[in-house]
Amino acid sequence: MYSQGLTDAKGQEEPADLLAEFQAKIDREEKIEPRDWMPMAYRKTLIRQMSQHAHSEIVGQLPEGNWITRAPTLNRKMILLAKVQDEAGHGLYIYSATETLGVSRDQLTDELLTGKAKYSSIFNYPTPSWADMGAIGWLVDGAAIMNQVPLCRCSYGPYARSMVRICKEESFHQRQGYEIMTVLARGTQAQKDMAQRALNRTWWPSLMMFGPSDKNSTHSAQSMKWKIKRFSNDELRQKFIDATVPQAEHLGLTIPDPDLKWNEETGHYDHGEINWDELFQVIKGNGPCNKERLQARIDAHENGEWVREAAQTYQQKQNNQHNEAA
Amino acid sequence: MATQINNKALHTYLLRLADSSLTMGQRLAEWCGHGPYLEEDVALTNVSLDLIGHAQIFYQLAVALSDDSQTADDLAFLRDSHEYRNPIITELPKGDFAYTTLKQYFIDVFSVQLYQALSKSSYEPLSLAAQKALMEVKYHLKRSEAWVERLSLSTDEAKVRMQKALNDLWFYTPELFETDAALNELIEQGVIADLLALKTKWNEQVKTLLQRCQLEIPESGWVATGGLAGEHSEHLGYMLAEMQFLQRAYPGCEW
Repeated sequence: MYSQGLTDAKGQEEPADLLAEFQAKIDREEKIEPRDWMPMAYRKTLIRQMSQHAHSEIVGQLPEGNWITRAPTLNRKMILLAKVQDEAGHGLYIYSATETLGVSRDQLTDELLTGKAKYSSIFNYPTPSWADMGAIGWLVDGAAIMNQVPLCRCSYGPYARSMVRICKEESFHQRQGYEIMTVLARGTQAQKDMAQRALNRTWWPSLMMFGPSDKNSTHSAQSMKWKIKRFSNDELRQKFIDATVPQAEHLGLTIPDPDLKWNEETGHYDHGEINWDELFQVIKGNGPCNKERLQARIDAHENGEWVREAAQTYQQKQNNQHNEAA
Repeated sequence: MATQINNKALHTYLLRLADSSLTMGQRLAEWCGHGPYLEEDVALTNVSLDLIGHAQIFYQLAVALSDDSQTADDLAFLRDSHEYRNPIITELPKGDFAYTTLKQYFIDVFSVQLYQALSKSSYEPLSLAAQKALMEVKYHLKRSEAWVERLSLSTDEAKVRMQKALNDLWFYTPELFETDAALNELIEQGVIADLLALKTKWNEQVKTLLQRCQLEIPESGWVATGGLAGEHSEHLGYMLAEMQFLQRAYPGCEW
């Protein structure tokens, strides 16, 4: 349920002095806390962004969860399990942080399952080989870190604080992914090929994780002003490319972009055109695994219905007994 | 030490411990991303993680006893089902949440009692490993016991599911306590736990909870047996096919 504050404010003009004080506070780099006054649009933007983030963590369990039962060694199995479990934990923190904005986890879950809410498009791609576990850790978690480190300084306190811990864990995830790739790249020809194919699959979708290019990004300018966002999509994407290309070279793998080359003048890598149509198709629901991923979440929710109901009934019975005894 | 420990028998028993933990952990891992709610998703994978950790420790103890150059991973990923020594209950499919929960509870009671006893093993490496594992399985038991009660004493649907789980699982439990001549020798030497004594203790504890939960123990069924001798259900082959896929498809690689 949305809180009263949010419904009441619907359609009403927000007082100019409050708005000015709010912006001044942000400009002074002070955190906005749940009980503070905030413009409705700020609240809505955060609910949208934070819940998308939480959903991404939860749906993001699936492509890697896919390989836990097939991980090649006991250590790899344990590391992958711990990592995917971390993602569920991140989802939990961020749902909790979102609840401070006056929305319930049940409602957010409902929005995910009915397709109203979005999650990161990257999780709608398949993970057919073990090397995808390496590529996801290295590239997808790497891209996530680029996006999330600035969020540690986000103007909304609960979100910023949850990101501090999440970023620490993500950095461990990124390293374990790169380590998987390192072992494969130094392995047999079959393993190298496996690693190269995973890089080919994951490279472009990970660049798309930074969102549309700055010219087409609808939410960016206001979010920058509110210091929810600190860098533009294209800036973060460029940072990611610049950091990742040398890592690929170190592995002896080839990034699948013939236009990729170092530009002395700019001090950055130039890269080929991103297939934006593909990104918009995946966001629209037409990616290779959109239906499967959402269905897996719907199944988990529906199959768990009786368990949640049982737990609630049991709790009620306990409370009743307790009240009778009192 | 007065009597010589039978290394071959101890090796087999360590495999039984490791294989049991690994197959349980592997089954629980199937819940990852599919739990009835997020908190349980995290809890189930946590238990799974602990169990796979226990498996690794017991495999390492088995490796230390053996003359060949096999590693813990070789034992997990390169043995066929007839070489696995776990009781059949640990390889059974994950089933619904009631089935998973009750199976976990049966194993958790057993593991707590077993590791308590093994903590006193005259074979020090086993005693140390059991002490470490014991700390973790105590938490597992707390969780699964609470869930057995919560599910049994709640809605009609949950109760029906729990009763069905009990009907399906009960006759797999006696196998937990099965021994053979070689194990009996280790029991006599105080190397491993007295499984017959554990059986009595286990039955007392489990039956008390089942009674409180108003669940009825079924009268008859096929009493599982064979795991100790490498005779398994049809489920283990599929589990190993999945688990061992990479090691089998790309032999001799580093991962």
